[in-house]
Amino acid sequence: MMASSYNAKDEDGHHSGSVSHGGAGTAKSKKPDNTAFKQQRLPAWQPILTAGTVLPAFFVIGLIFIPIGIGLYVTSNNIKEFEIDYTGVNVDSPCYTCANNFSWNSTTSCSCTVNFTLEQPFENNVYMYYGLSNFYQNHRRYVKSRDDRQLNGDATALKDPSNDCEPYRKIGVETIAPCGAIANSLFNDSLELYYVEPSGALNAVPLAKKGIAWWTDRNVKFRNPAGVDLPTAFKGTAKPVNWRKPVYELDPSDPDNNGFINEDFIVWMRTAALPTFRKLYRIIHKNQSSTSTLPSGRYVLNITYNYPVLSFDGRKRMILSTISWMGGKNPFLGIAYITVGSICFFLGVVLLIIHHKYDTRSNSADIPN
Amino acid sequence: MARDSDDAGAAKASKAKRQRKKKPKENKTRTVHANILYDNAKGEENPNRHYVNNKIKTTKYTLLSFLPKNLFEQFHRFANVYFVFIALLNFVPVVNAFQPELALAPVVFILSVTAIKDLWEDYRRHRSDKEINHMDCLVYSRLEKRYMEKYWKEVRVGDFIRLRCNEILPADVLLLSSSDPDRLCHIETATLDGETNLKQRQVVRSFYDLDCEFDPLKYNSIIECEKPNNDLNRFRGYIIHRSGRRDALSKDNLLLRGCTIRNTEEAVGIVIYAGHETKAMLNNNGPRYKRSKLERQMNVDVFWCVIILLVMCLFTAVGHGLWMFQYGDKRPVFDVLSPDGRDLSPIMSAIYLFLTMIIVFQVLIPISLFVSIEIVKICQVYFIHQDLDLYDEETDSHLQCRALNITEDLGQMQYIFSDKTGTLTENKMVFRRCTVAGVEYSHDANVILNVWSVKPGESPCTRKWIPRRRNASAPWSEKDVTPDPQLLDKVNECSSQMDFMRLHRQPMSQLTSDLADIIDFFIALTICNTVVVSSPNQPRHKVTAELSSSLNRSSNRGCSSLLSSPSADSTLTKLNEEQFSGSLEHTFSAVPPSYDGKTSSNLEEGELRYEAESPDEAALVYAARAYKCSLVERLPDQVTVELPHLGKLNFELLHTLGFDSTRKRMSVVVRHPLTDQITVYTKGADSVIMDLIKPPDTGKRKKKIVCRTQNYLNLYAADGLRTLCIARKVSDKEEYACWLQHHLQAETAIQGREELLFESALRLETNLHLLGATGIEDRLQDGVPETIASLRKAGLQIWVLTGDKQETAVNIAYACKLLDPEEEILTLNADSQEACALLLEEKTYPFSSSHISPFSVHRLGLVIDGRTLAYALDKSLEDKFLAVARSCRSVLCCRSTPLQKSMVVKLVRNKLKVMTLAIGDGANDVSMIQVADVGVGISGQEGMQAVMASDFALPRFRYLQKLLLVHGHWCYSRLANMILYFFYKNAMFVSLIFWYQFYCGFSGSAMVDQWYLIFFNLMFSAFPQLITGTLDKDVSAETLQRLPQLYMSGQNSEEYKPYMFWMNMIDAFYQSLACFFIPYFAYADSDVDLFTWGTPITTIALLTILVQLGIETKTWVRSLLSNTLVTTLFFTVALCYNASCPTCYSPSNPYWTMQKLLQDPLFYLLCTITPIAALLPRYFYRACQGTLFPNPVRVGRQLDKLPADTRRNILGLSRVTVGSPLRAEPPFLSLNKLSPESWNNKDQRSIAGSKTSQAKQAAASQTEEKGQISPPARMEKHFSDLFPLAPSELDALPYTKNDPPLPGTPQPPSAKDSECFRRTLQLSDQSVNVSTPLVSQTDSIQLNLAPDRASECVRFRRSSETGLRPDGTVQPACRTAQQEEQSLHTAL
Repeated sequence: MMASSYNAKDEDGHHSGSVSHGGAGTAKSKKPDNTAFKQQRLPAWQPILTAGTVLPAFFVIGLIFIPIGIGLYVTSNNIKEFEIDYTGVNVDSPCYTCANNFSWNSTTSCSCTVNFTLEQPFENNVYMYYGLSNFYQNHRRYVKSRDDRQLNGDATALKDPSNDCEPYRKIGVETIAPCGAIANSLFNDSLELYYVEPSGALNAVPLAKKGIAWWTDRNVKFRNPAGVDLPTAFKGTAKPVNWRKPVYELDPSDPDNNGFINEDFIVWMRTAALPTFRKLYRIIHKNQSSTSTLPSGRYVLNITYNYPVLSFDGRKRMILSTISWMGGKNPFLGIAYITVGSICFFLGVVLLIIHHKYDTRSNSADIPN
Repeated sequence: MARDSDDAGAAKASKAKRQRKKKPKENKTRTVHANILYDNAKGEENPNRHYVNNKIKTTKYTLLSFLPKNLFEQFHRFANVYFVFIALLNFVPVVNAFQPELALAPVVFILSVTAIKDLWEDYRRHRSDKEINHMDCLVYSRLEKRYMEKYWKEVRVGDFIRLRCNEILPADVLLLSSSDPDRLCHIETATLDGETNLKQRQVVRSFYDLDCEFDPLKYNSIIECEKPNNDLNRFRGYIIHRSGRRDALSKDNLLLRGCTIRNTEEAVGIVIYAGHETKAMLNNNGPRYKRSKLERQMNVDVFWCVIILLVMCLFTAVGHGLWMFQYGDKRPVFDVLSPDGRDLSPIMSAIYLFLTMIIVFQVLIPISLFVSIEIVKICQVYFIHQDLDLYDEETDSHLQCRALNITEDLGQMQYIFSDKTGTLTENKMVFRRCTVAGVEYSHDANVILNVWSVKPGESPCTRKWIPRRRNASAPWSEKDVTPDPQLLDKVNECSSQMDFMRLHRQPMSQLTSDLADIIDFFIALTICNTVVVSSPNQPRHKVTAELSSSLNRSSNRGCSSLLSSPSADSTLTKLNEEQFSGSLEHTFSAVPPSYDGKTSSNLEEGELRYEAESPDEAALVYAARAYKCSLVERLPDQVTVELPHLGKLNFELLHTLGFDSTRKRMSVVVRHPLTDQITVYTKGADSVIMDLIKPPDTGKRKKKIVCRTQNYLNLYAADGLRTLCIARKVSDKEEYACWLQHHLQAETAIQGREELLFESALRLETNLHLLGATGIEDRLQDGVPETIASLRKAGLQIWVLTGDKQETAVNIAYACKLLDPEEEILTLNADSQEACALLLEEKTYPFSSSHISPFSVHRLGLVIDGRTLAYALDKSLEDKFLAVARSCRSVLCCRSTPLQKSMVVKLVRNKLKVMTLAIGDGANDVSMIQVADVGVGISGQEGMQAVMASDFALPRFRYLQKLLLVHGHWCYSRLANMILYFFYKNAMFVSLIFWYQFYCGFSGSAMVDQWYLIFFNLMFSAFPQLITGTLDKDVSAETLQRLPQLYMSGQNSEEYKPYMFWMNMIDAFYQSLACFFIPYFAYADSDVDLFTWGTPITTIALLTILVQLGIETKTWVRSLLSNTLVTTLFFTVALCYNASCPTCYSPSNPYWTMQKLLQDPLFYLLCTITPIAALLPRYFYRACQGTLFPNPVRVGRQLDKLPADTRRNILGLSRVTVGSPLRAEPPFLSLNKLSPESWNNKDQRSIAGSKTSQAKQAAASQTEEKGQISPPARMEKHFSDLFPLAPSELDALPYTKNDPPLPGTPQPPSAKDSECFRRTLQLSDQSVNVSTPLVSQTDSIQLNLAPDRASECVRFRRSSETGLRPDGTVQPACRTAQQEEQSLHTAL
């Protein structure tokens, strides 16, 4: 198709050639140019892969990867992480009643308390996550179910959100703000952490609500609609079906953290890649004093249990973790580097053997007399 | 675009079509009236109004029709329909995977690229149409009563056109008048058929005697002729005059569009066919389409891809159904209801998901593959066009690729079918020998190098080398014929006697029959042809119009009536008169040599140039001229010949019975000016003429002459000469008159005219008297033996299919190394089906039993003639025939018809399932060229028909070598690698998403941004692949040509075997697993979001794919360059894309993702480890393969890395061995040391001059001799033996000329002709012998290449001393080897 008439000029039967040379008479030679490109003589480096040539590459890779891997592994191991499941599956777990009695339709919230002990103190900033398992935030229809223009404060989109939000687009005549399934299923448990002083007194650990979302998200992607104040701006919209309170009342403690720029909401809206995921909930900033951020000892986690997960076999966790330059605790990458490095080294040895045994003879052009 | 001009034309055409439908009766003929009889050319009463006008429109589209028509054409391709279907599927809300508009993008892109290309081409066509339509010509205008300038497009059927010298004909025109005194018009048809000689066209007979200027106003005849057809060589019809008389019209009266008027000042004609109905336009077909083998294989794998796609989709759909099912009625929050709020049952959602997955996985079917392949092929064609080595300086022509999509087939050929004449040979004929009246004149002086000669009178078997004439400076041509002194004397004597007799009024019959034969022989050579005489004084391209001379003459004749009687009639009446008068008084025609003032005054006879339709004819005329018997002028009714002593003689030409391939002869009927007898001179193939010779009733002498001539003919044929017999017949007047009457009837018949003319010719050409025979040599083209040798080394089977006779063909086959003297020749000549079956049975048997050693079988050559071939091609025998033919190294089919040629090709192609290439230059090869997988035409002497039918057109045969070995190999390996890579690439990318389905509830979700997913193929991964597909070069051209064995990799499809597709798929799956799971585990249970996780995966996959390309490419600079480019492009695009819009690109909304990732060290760590882990197996495999199982191509590449002179040494010396160190059996490319036998074989050449028939017995003594040759000489010889591609060195070697004949070898009796021929022929081939390698475990020198070391070191080692030393004869060889070793060391 593409090539149909590359030389159509010669083919179309016009004999235009004869027409032209009748007048001009200076028949140009058709001799092709003798250039390296046209004669396909461009210089080129042609590596030939043989045991001999690739040997060094294998050893080099091995020698570089193994130290990196060890470094990564050590780094990862230095990260402290604590995780506690508060779903309430077992009868003896504190949230069992909440978990079994609670549904999206419940009007009153249920709370439960989980006690735990940190064996080691957590230094530096500690990040508090909530983790969900078996929650398919990456489901195709779920991922789609949002309207970014609405979340960006677009007035028209606020009144008339995209069809992607269906069936969480409108309730009667009122549009839902924020629309869509993702927003509708916002994680709404609230977690409070108390340090149990050796004396027995509960000392609330300060949890920072801000700074948990990407800066670009909070400042560029998510914006509240224009209006004198939030309630007016959101006038004429309905809260999502599963929500208790409208979007402008998400954080009663901080008026700047309401509406679409509520950071918990922003974090939730970034749909997780895998069915088991964690999301940043709070940050426990480093103390100015020299004591550790979270000293070792007993802690109490107060949970306002609003989010049912048992219907789909989900699990809820609270995770406390410090982070390093490479993120949270994950020994995998270090192991992977070490493994790949070792394999390379091993293959290098194999190739060395092959090279010694065969290369000298086979890598040759035989010249008989 | 072309709207303004085209609509009218289209309307016209459709109108004409309608008209045709209405009147089916008119279908057989077309009636043409003159337009000037009617007021308006378009008027209702004009009977010509239905005919197409002369405006041409080769464009396919108009501005309006472009879009629908182009789309319609594009949707003929299944892939396009498929992709559009998928894109449209996206518009269904339930199943859509991407934004519908976005999903359309690639399809629209592909379609629009193609559309733009089509548009551009169409525009070009439109422009050239316009240029042509607006050329000027002179058309007679009724109103103005004169010829007016008009555009070509305004010319209509029925118009009168005046043509001047060097004008191009605007339409097919019936010639009505010519300024030429002989009512001729010369045209050059080079643009139609490529023949450069001038063709004569005659004025329609009724207007022949019209001496005053043609007046269109007086014309009132009606022409009836055939409907337009594309046969350039046929035109039938008649012209009906008002008087009711009919005159036949033939192709001799028709001037074709596109031809150029030459040598004629003015001509007038009436337009018969115009515009698209002209023969030139009807003959014009666009480029052809063939599907290459690679593409067929690819389509199978595309089909497999579809299956894989469906399986994946099905799997996902079932998975999704089950996943849904497990939740039962409890709807989790993340399971979104369908847009209309309804709950979907698991089964329904599985079904919807299936369709969604087809959209998501669509990348698996490579949409860009088809486009990429076409782009790559265009580039490949471009490079082939540009190759300097395929350019012929002499003709200023280079290779033409006419079929654009089978370039890679060139790299996979297995069988070559070649024509002989004009393909292997130059088709430049030179007169070499003749025999007249049973006496042979050997023309020794004409012997050109490499040709044997026989002394006249001696036994043909006692041959000697005669001194060669080699005029190195002057280019050899058919014009330089040195006459044989003996014959020249005889001619002189004879003509002086005749002159004497004429002066003394003695009857000619007193001349001795010998001498009469000689003079008749030369007269026949001179006049029995259709050669046109031209002279340098009247250059063909002369523009000035000198009307004076021709006007003089026409005024002499006076202005006769418009419709004078045709000349044939007058001839008849004249004949009758003469019969009645019965006077034989002027036995000697008193006609003095009539000096035509025009010709004789200003022409020097030596400067005459002859333009012949076939080179044989010209050769004969030139030969006759060398004997002072020269053709001076040829007119339609008269031939002037100048003879020594006799001066110019005018032969009245009564008839010419042209050459045709069924009769295989041509005749002229003339009135002999000296004897005044009606004489028929016939010239034709010996087999035909010999049967027509009058049975010798008078005396033994004639019988003897016939017998001896036959003998000489055999001899000529054995020498590879083309033979022709010359005969004469003297016919008496009554007989002739009677024949003439019949003949005239036949000529004017419209139905079955050919048959009638054929019969009529048969009636005339009987009872001939044999004059003699000629042998014309057709030289081999340059480089043919070398090309054949190297193609054969490349594993190609070469069959020669020729129409020539067996002896000639066998000889040429020996000369061009197709047959080897070493070989045993199987000759199949059978008279009947049964005999043929028996023969085949007999020949098959020995091979089936002795099939142990494959090499011994290959030392056979098969020669089969046309008749036997016909039997062998029968259904019942074809398998046996093939079995025999396959076991032979070379096959030669002689006397085969064009149909047989194509049948042979078809048989081999279909039965053996091999790739076939047919190469030929003439019209008789067309069918074969069309049948073969690849047809190659030689743009040579025999016109353009073969070229028109071919896929590739070459100027010379030897270019085939580079075309196949280099370009074929490259094209094949490039495309094969590219296709495999495409499959790999897409599978790898798509399976990433597939693995993800396990983690997203099989919901069809993709972590790769849909933009990346859709543009992945178009933007990022296709470009480097295109670069590699166009420019990658695995082995250099030089090495490929020096080591033809490398070609076998293409023949065996080693670059792309079916299992490779699956290997690639498995590799793709592995790599995608690595690329998926390493990021998966690295980000497991983290707060990463979907697209922040997907982007690294995309990046990693892209890097992996690019590095994989790097591993698979052979030339790194460009792939490195393009890879870097693409990587940069990817990051640039990603960064721009991710920064462009905070709210767009739902659902991924990748705002700032890439920026964020680039700040994350984890991203870099991932991008390092994952590609390495993914490519580790392949890299390791390639390295091991390179070491343990090196294939020949790799050895070629290693050779390429050596410095140029070292490489040349090795290539020159060596037969490169390639084999796996792990394999026990001898490696396939083992071309080891020559066996003693083949050594002898070589020596035959060196002492060829003295060779006797006892080659075998003499071998031992020769080797002894050889042992005494001084080492340097031996070295040199050895080099030259192994340098089959450099034959020029041979001539310079000192030993070729020495070596006296071995004494004492018995001479075979000369009577045993055939045996004797065989032997001598074997020896006549004297250039380098390329023998098939005999497998032998040898001591070998090995060249060790240690690429890891900086300096290339070449070492030689004796690997095994296993006894292969049966006797001392090999000893010299060993010494030679040592010599070489030393020399190489010193060279390094």
